[in-house]
Amino acid sequence: MTVAANTKMMTIIVTKGTLDWAYPPFILATTAAAMGVDVTMFFTFYGLPLLLKKLDLQVSTLGNPAMKMPMMGGHMAMPNLMAAMPGADALTTRMMKNLIAKKGVASIDELRDAAQEADVKLIACQMTLDLFEYKIEDMVEGVTVGGAATYMGRALESNLNLFV
Amino acid sequence: MPILRTRKALGALKTGQTLEVLATDPGAVADFDAFCGATGHKLVDSGSTAGMHRFVIRVSA
Repeated sequence: MTVAANTKMMTIIVTKGTLDWAYPPFILATTAAAMGVDVTMFFTFYGLPLLLKKLDLQVSTLGNPAMKMPMMGGHMAMPNLMAAMPGADALTTRMMKNLIAKKGVASIDELRDAAQEADVKLIACQMTLDLFEYKIEDMVEGVTVGGAATYMGRALESNLNLFV
Repeated sequence: MPILRTRKALGALKTGQTLEVLATDPGAVADFDAFCGATGHKLVDSGSTAGMHRFVIRVSA
């Protein structure tokens, strides 16, 4: 795809790394790219692990009062105390992944591959890499490293900047 | 997913060629309008029958 002079640009700051929060940035990025937008995703703090070669995303019911899952004919929320049980997060994650697969929604792995195929730029935050002691070698191929100024430069040129 | 897969399929086509898309996603109806508006491709035909949505897109530049 050639980049025309009137190409729209977009950035997304990705700060969350749970299974549920991984979806909005990747869906937005891939959809925008499909519509001809030049997309840059900046992964910082808990969003950084979304760039790891081996993804191990979890989701918890703890502190998620709006999380009401389709169960037994209605929508059920889980009491916070249940999340304290050993294995609760693993169970919740398994159930969420099953629901995602059942509904034919793409996995984060697939969405990330699609993003890279669509030339979405993935930038790992240098500060977060240092802070949480991650190595760039652990990240998928094609990820570049940058700081806030790198992000800011792209954001100032962009039509749309989102913080997730 | 329909928009993503459509974009990928359109990449292989030349200007003037058409692509027929069948999608079960009800959100696709509004999405294809937006997609064609943003990319300049023409939505030549669309229709829905019992949960299956059909779109015909002509590649325009």
